[in-house]
Amino acid sequence: MSENGDRIAPGKGLLDGLAVTFKTMTRRSTTQQYPDVEPDLPPRSRGVIALLEENCTVCMLCARECPDWCIYIDSHKEEVVVPGAARPRQRNVLDRFDIDFSLCMYCGICIEVCPFDALHWTPEFEYAETDVLSLLHDKDRLGDWMRTVPPPPAHDVLGEPAKEEATAARKAAGPGAATAAKTARPAAVRPKPAPTEPEKPAPTEPEKPAPTEPEQ
Amino acid sequence: MPLWLDLLIRVAAVMVGFLVLPLVIGQAEHKVMAHMQGRVGPMYAGAFHGWAQLIADGVKFVQKEDITPREADRTVFRLAPIVALFPYLVVILTIPLGPNLVAQPLDIGLFLVLAVLGIGVVAVLMSAWASANKYSLLGGVRGAAQLLGYELPLVLAAASVAMAAGTLSLPGIVEAWQPWWLIWQAPAAIVFFIAGLAEIRRPPFDMPIADSELVFGYMTEYTGLRFAFFLLAEYVGIVVIAALTTVLFLGGWHGPFEEQLGWLWTLLKIFALSFVIIWFRVSYPRLREDQLQRLCWLILVPVALAQLVLTTAVKAAL
Repeated sequence: MSENGDRIAPGKGLLDGLAVTFKTMTRRSTTQQYPDVEPDLPPRSRGVIALLEENCTVCMLCARECPDWCIYIDSHKEEVVVPGAARPRQRNVLDRFDIDFSLCMYCGICIEVCPFDALHWTPEFEYAETDVLSLLHDKDRLGDWMRTVPPPPAHDVLGEPAKEEATAARKAAGPGAATAAKTARPAAVRPKPAPTEPEKPAPTEPEKPAPTEPEQ
Repeated sequence: MPLWLDLLIRVAAVMVGFLVLPLVIGQAEHKVMAHMQGRVGPMYAGAFHGWAQLIADGVKFVQKEDITPREADRTVFRLAPIVALFPYLVVILTIPLGPNLVAQPLDIGLFLVLAVLGIGVVAVLMSAWASANKYSLLGGVRGAAQLLGYELPLVLAAASVAMAAGTLSLPGIVEAWQPWWLIWQAPAAIVFFIAGLAEIRRPPFDMPIADSELVFGYMTEYTGLRFAFFLLAEYVGIVVIAALTTVLFLGGWHGPFEEQLGWLWTLLKIFALSFVIIWFRVSYPRLREDQLQRLCWLILVPVALAQLVLTTAVKAAL
């Protein structure tokens, strides 16, 4: 028994316990009747990875960045004869693109790293198998998931325009305006705050001490 | 009406009540407990909100293999579930539902009920010892200590109301009951209800079962139909304790239109008390063994004795 004087009235804890359970009973439970009712997942849920085969250039970035090496890619080169060109062009053709979902840990690095938007998250999650080997999805199956990819979210109205948009706008504005240097840094359309500071310092690291070398 | 037909109707009615009421309360426990924990409980069996869940459970229990451990004392092991279940059946015989609605009116009804309820401890010890299992034995010994301890406040509280009514007959007690007894006998009612909870080993007094430390106490080795009997005994126990509290302390069939609807009032009170029993189970953690005995000997027994003194004083003054 505690000696301090701030003890609550005896039995209050018991009544509080009863009140909590009773209040919970009067509220609706949040149980989702999953197999009967489809769950209402947010559009960016990480269910399964879809492959848009046309966008893939076999750059192998995804396979190399994958932390547990669950992406298997095979390809061969094809010569494409372009009429009028001096030499036939070479093109990578995807033979095999497998993701082993028994290894995948759904980190999404492959999707982040893909420069050509060939990989997409989809919220589909009902692809359990009775055989672990069947969790290796080949490129047809991955491509089939593209049906379920939700449309991309709308652009942020306050955000910078996409590089392509900015370039197109500048081209339309006038000849000579678009140089490589300028397209690399599109003009910001965000309303700038009133310049109270005389000059904004260059975005260099301000007096950050050099990372201390470990003692050797 | 010939005697045999009269007997048949009474026994059949008791059997129906014996089988239906526990199922209703068991289903209510499933649902109430689930909603108190933010779940929905059984939803599939019987298509509408899982109303047939307990029937499905019963079918499952019947299909299970009937296992008796090799080292078990077979006869005692097999007899124990029946011994656990049977006293409650006898108790239900004597509980009045309405003014003239009782299967077997007895002048010493209360005496019989308390005596028969005491048999529960024999069933616990039988199942515990015969299982040849250390968890069963621990649970059984705990159960015996608990049941013997809580028998005392239970009997003292019941004695108080019997003194107040001046009769041991259960319908007689309900006849003599006055609304102001609710206050006069309130301590006895609370003591009786709590001791009754402990008698049927319901949470928070389920130390003999204590599934987190003793597997399942004295029921560890039981499967199939015998285990179902133990479960049924638990739910009949809820009915019996709620009914006895109703009859002794809450005025049984007293209420508006008691001549016609007396049975309905009794049933309503029984269900309300059963809800409280379920509510306690969800709200409170299990009492430790020493806390359990402390509550019994240091709180319930003195309160019950003080109530006896109070009842005697008021009875003498009137």
